[in-house]
Amino acid sequence: MDTFELRRVHVSDVTFGEKSSFSRGILTINADDVRSVVLQDRFIKSVDVQIARPGEEKRIVPIKDILEPRAKANGDPVFPGCGTEPDYIAGTGSTVVLDGVCVVTTGTMVNFQEGLVDMTGPGAEYSLFSGKINVALVIAPVDGLGKHEHERAVRLAGINVARYLGSLAVEAEYEPEIYPATSPFDFPELPKVVYVCQIIAQGLLHDNYIYGLNAQGCLPVLFRPTEFMDGAVVSGNCAAPCHKHTTYHHQNNPIVEDLYSEHGKTLNFAGVIVAPVRTAFADKERICRQIAKMAEMLGTDGVILSEDGGGNPEVDLMLTTRLLERSGIKTVIVTDEYAGSDGASAGLADVTPEADAVVTNGNGNQRVTLPPLSVIGDIRTVERITGGHAGGLHDDGSIDMEIAGIMGSTNELGAESLTTVLI
Amino acid sequence: MDKKRVVHYVNQFYSGVGGEEKAGMTPFSIDGATSVGRSLEAAFDGAIEIVRTISCGDNFAAENPDVLAEKVVQWVRESDAAFFVAGPSFAAGRYGMACAVACQAVAEKLGLPVMAAMEPSSPGVDMCKRVTYIVPTSDSARSMREVLKSMGQLGVKLLRGETIGLPHEEGYIPRGIRVNVTAEKRGARRGVDMLLKKLSGQPYTTELPMPVFDRVPPAPAVKDMRSALIAIGTEGGIVPKGNPDKIEAHNASKWCLYSIAGLEGLAKGEFEVAHGGYDPVMATENPNRVLPLDVARACQKESLFGGLFDKYPVTVGNVTAVRSAEKYGREMGELLKEQGVEGIVLTST
Repeated sequence: MDTFELRRVHVSDVTFGEKSSFSRGILTINADDVRSVVLQDRFIKSVDVQIARPGEEKRIVPIKDILEPRAKANGDPVFPGCGTEPDYIAGTGSTVVLDGVCVVTTGTMVNFQEGLVDMTGPGAEYSLFSGKINVALVIAPVDGLGKHEHERAVRLAGINVARYLGSLAVEAEYEPEIYPATSPFDFPELPKVVYVCQIIAQGLLHDNYIYGLNAQGCLPVLFRPTEFMDGAVVSGNCAAPCHKHTTYHHQNNPIVEDLYSEHGKTLNFAGVIVAPVRTAFADKERICRQIAKMAEMLGTDGVILSEDGGGNPEVDLMLTTRLLERSGIKTVIVTDEYAGSDGASAGLADVTPEADAVVTNGNGNQRVTLPPLSVIGDIRTVERITGGHAGGLHDDGSIDMEIAGIMGSTNELGAESLTTVLI
Repeated sequence: MDKKRVVHYVNQFYSGVGGEEKAGMTPFSIDGATSVGRSLEAAFDGAIEIVRTISCGDNFAAENPDVLAEKVVQWVRESDAAFFVAGPSFAAGRYGMACAVACQAVAEKLGLPVMAAMEPSSPGVDMCKRVTYIVPTSDSARSMREVLKSMGQLGVKLLRGETIGLPHEEGYIPRGIRVNVTAEKRGARRGVDMLLKKLSGQPYTTELPMPVFDRVPPAPAVKDMRSALIAIGTEGGIVPKGNPDKIEAHNASKWCLYSIAGLEGLAKGEFEVAHGGYDPVMATENPNRVLPLDVARACQKESLFGGLFDKYPVTVGNVTAVRSAEKYGREMGELLKEQGVEGIVLTST
């Protein structure tokens, strides 16, 4: 297989203008063009397009998903299978990245699992999205739309706008980033490492999509690491904003990146097992057994296992670790904690003695006070989203909440640098 | 800096009253410092003045911790103290427990900074470490001088309100509290580095040692279901319309008790889902799917049990801190028991 090329197009600013275009680092957006992309969906009543830049006095809430605009150089649609044919394998050929821009879906709240991004102040220290130029889609659904249909319409709107903006930069100058094809048979002298990536598959705002297919009905799938980079996994998820994997996180999976940096040097990055997480114990057993089987068949020496969500996925986390370690496969877990606002509670819902190598990305229950900022979306929702509480929004617009409500603050792919220490 | 007013706790031996034969003495207070207290003042380099010393017989303290706690709180409050120090108690079990009782009472009732010094496996450590900076000691008083020096170094920082660093840097026993800090590298990179070490047999340190959970023994079976008062309850966040007490969608700060008196089932629109951890659509359509009142009524009609308690306890069990969950469970159990409930069907999501 050929190498995969990411063509990084650096974006220095995003502005509104007459004609949507990309030139010399400036992404110009005609808001009507973006609106018409979104309003193709008859379930969407209206959409407002806004821009939030790093350092601006702006707060976006409630956020459902965040995506990075990308496009295939050959014209194939990124996010294969999401309203398009899934008729190619993602992570091959060349893909254009609008580096520095994100599409943020917000507007009418679907349910509690939505989050917040601040562009400045203490909240901005917790999230890589505060450092992006965010194109926010403030979406209102048609009246009487059910929650599932509402979530789907907003998810597809984000995908379509990310595709549209990405397509504007296909001819732009870029910096190439080359990813060699990986194989379990390469570098036989090096330890063979497989990355096991949990994805939640549990219903409304707790779902992920593999090539457009809801992962609820899936067994684990073997991926080439680069498949994530073309949007082969799309987020419709989940649980707390602090540890939901947004679609951006899947596109830019930091474990994939950091394993690639060691590929051919200290390890052979043999592949990725994408593993759905269901609620019923029988499903957990079925899926975890399959993960361990696939890892054994690949001759794996070591696994990095990342959690998605918190609570019940820890059962899968511990069961998988137990099965892998008992097969002689060295395993490292990447997770986060809910140790209470005082940090004094046990931070995981399940344990196993084999889990002796764990990376934690912080305690989501930590309280934070955020100053008033101008709001894109609906500020009243901060009292209802995960991490918020009644009375948390003050008259002056400042907020008391847990960092659980900040998008990606304790990201369980290890995209941030937060961790905990015992004092 | 002005000298801070400090109250010091020592046992009957260190207050000079006597040894084991005086271990039954009730709590008493003396003005100023004992000889250990004066050494402590010196270790603090003149930053403190011990205005009062509280003492008690070890046996009395072990048998009457509430009495000791009450006296300590009263005397420390009267003394207008800024800081409370207990011990060092080294490996002495009863003395350490008395220090722990005193420290915990002062920290929780008066909100003052407190400090002790104990051998790490001493039973007092677990009793008070969450609220007390405990300097680790050897098992005997031979190391008194070094221990007092360590107490002085850490204590001066506490008095100045300085940020206290990690246990091994500052010389105290870990308090069991996890705090967020920023690491040098992102989590993904730390994971790759940890795996490389694990694969090559090099030492590595987990960032999160596995917590230890309590085991809850199941209650004995209900003796006679036909006469028993049975309740239903849930952590699934089924609440009356509008979520009147605003139970949080995650890490709930409360549990609530709502009436189901006279209801045959939970009607759509009358009850809703406050829980942020599962797809609420099916339970919004029919709240009985999470809190099965309809089935409970049917069972009641068949006389499968004596009666159905006319209220239900509810919270949101979604990434809720274990300490909160323990508290809610205990409170729910006590209330139900008081009301004569013999069994409960607790549904989880």
